[in-house]
Amino acid sequence: MQQLLNGLFLGSIYALFAIGFTLVFGILDRLNLAHPAAFAASAFFGIWLTESFDMPIALVLVIVFAFGALLGLLIERIAFRPLKDRPDAHFAGLISSIAVGGMLIALLQAVFGPNTRRFPADTVPAETIDFGAGVTASVLQIVIVAVSLGLMIGLTVLVGRSSLGRSMRAVAENPGAARVLGVNVDRVTATTFAISTALGAVAGVLFALSVNSAQLGMGTAIELKGLAVIIVGGMGSLPGALVGGLILGVAEVFAIQYVGSSWRDLIAFALLFLILLVRPQGLFGKRKVREV
Amino acid sequence: MRKLLSSAVFLSASVLVLAGCSSSDTGSGASAEGLKGSGSGDSCVIDATVPVGAALSLTGGAASYGESQQMGLELALEHLNEKDGVAYDLTVEDDGTDPRQAISVFEGFVSAGSSAIIGPTLSNTAFQAQPIAQESGVPVLAISNTATGITAQGDFVFRDSLTEAQVIPQTIAAAKQNLGLEKVVVMYSNDDAFTESGVEVMQSALDDEGVEVLDTLTFSVKDTDFRSLLTAAKQQNPDAIVVSALIEAAIPLVTQARELGIDQPIIGGNGFNNPQLMADAGEAAEGVIVGAAWNSASDSPENTAFMADFEEKFGSAPDQFAAQAYSGLLVIDHAVRTNCSGERSDVQSGLTQVTDLATPLGAISINSDRDAEHPAVVQIVKDGKFTVLN
Repeated sequence: MQQLLNGLFLGSIYALFAIGFTLVFGILDRLNLAHPAAFAASAFFGIWLTESFDMPIALVLVIVFAFGALLGLLIERIAFRPLKDRPDAHFAGLISSIAVGGMLIALLQAVFGPNTRRFPADTVPAETIDFGAGVTASVLQIVIVAVSLGLMIGLTVLVGRSSLGRSMRAVAENPGAARVLGVNVDRVTATTFAISTALGAVAGVLFALSVNSAQLGMGTAIELKGLAVIIVGGMGSLPGALVGGLILGVAEVFAIQYVGSSWRDLIAFALLFLILLVRPQGLFGKRKVREV
Repeated sequence: MRKLLSSAVFLSASVLVLAGCSSSDTGSGASAEGLKGSGSGDSCVIDATVPVGAALSLTGGAASYGESQQMGLELALEHLNEKDGVAYDLTVEDDGTDPRQAISVFEGFVSAGSSAIIGPTLSNTAFQAQPIAQESGVPVLAISNTATGITAQGDFVFRDSLTEAQVIPQTIAAAKQNLGLEKVVVMYSNDDAFTESGVEVMQSALDDEGVEVLDTLTFSVKDTDFRSLLTAAKQQNPDAIVVSALIEAAIPLVTQARELGIDQPIIGGNGFNNPQLMADAGEAAEGVIVGAAWNSASDSPENTAFMADFEEKFGSAPDQFAAQAYSGLLVIDHAVRTNCSGERSDVQSGLTQVTDLATPLGAISINSDRDAEHPAVVQIVKDGKFTVLN
């Protein structure tokens, strides 16, 4: 039972990271590999805010959200916009986003140094809730699950109902046609990056809080898992990212419990592989039909 | 077209010849530059500055260790250059915590004529890079590698850091004696040379002490979430958890263990031996037991002077990595002065003759395996500080 909870908490972190990742992918058909760097940068920025200004964590999260949005605009402007009209824009953007991510990490190291950093010990109440039979969860873990669920629902509503969401879907369908119909494609693109990175930023702070550790490489460490999650969930599918994250988290934990800790990644990724064999388009993905 | 082709061939051929010339120039030039001096020991005088290279992890995963080491070396350099007779020229290069980068840094030092090379920071990297120096006959001093087999790479490879094999058995024995350990769970990251070799020593030490290992759990060096592993460990109800991990993993591991209600002692290898543990894990670090090559509480004159000077120069307290780096340069200085020569083979022979050299680590002797020997201490975290376990 404790292990199931552990799996859910771990999975919701993967999901939280993957939701931002998958948003840009689903709408703009671009893979933003600067996302892991933004994840780390936001965690460091959040720690700096907390340490320097003694801010309550809720306020830090709000500021970090805004910081992430700015960072997303910047990433879009530097890594993607200059290349958008090239015939190989997908690939070029992928590579240039790796470059921007690398620059961001180098900048972080110049500012904060190479050391692992942490939030001050009393940032969140260290209380744990006892469910009986030795099963415990910390308040923070429950907050993380709530936030990732909340963000997912919020995003689904935003994409499905609002006029911004309609423009996003139009751009996702056909950017050329959307422009003809009067959608400001550049603005929608920038907004998507801003929202995506803001989500990644919040994820970074929550992750650093959860594991009491923020490192320059923290984004790369879960990048591959984030990618696996969005592919299994169905590229661009928001509920897919959540379910995919939870599946991966629970699979890892049960591999540890019943097979052996060395087999964890093997089992988890083999399971993802199996899912893809059965549903190549991912759990919530739609088959794309391209007409020539 | 043909003309273009032939001139291209000529050009590239001449570049090759030039490159050949210049590399042999620096190779022989540096060692013939009068690195031999006169006198011996404290009275040794060498006219030329003795070049020493250090490959440290200033970026990448082990950057926090590399930074400490760089400070230790800089302080030692300052102290040594104040002494008369021999002056050193220290070049610090970043190995990026990456074996490939370390190899090219080592190649650079070899061709630049370094009399000795210090580093690299991690054992993992050391196994790849140190053979470069061995093949070229440049003495290497490892200042933080603790894995088994480092000095077995050849007669030019030395180290001043105590191995896990020297420290861990003392730690386990002291823990068993003080806490009455009977059964433990072992956890380690299985994708790193240092933690792997650490866990082998732990297992054989536990064996020797007759402590039962209930379960062995593995994770990756990059992991930061240990809740599921710790839950599995807790279900075995051990007397203690024995962990081989680097500090980056140690802090979240200790924090999450306490959060899950594991109150048993956690026994760590050398990676846990870092003041960051108490600073960042706070209350959760209480009861962590760790063996160490260096004890900040040691009141030898060398150590008190080292700690005071370090604090004054850098505004922070040194850690074991800084102490080992500082002592490493002292060891090299001793070796240079023994034969009063900065020639590579003379430094190598000097290194084999180090006996009872007073350093902040204690009195260092280099044994026939080219490993340093000096006493270790077993510490336990109490009230936010490392105190000697007894």
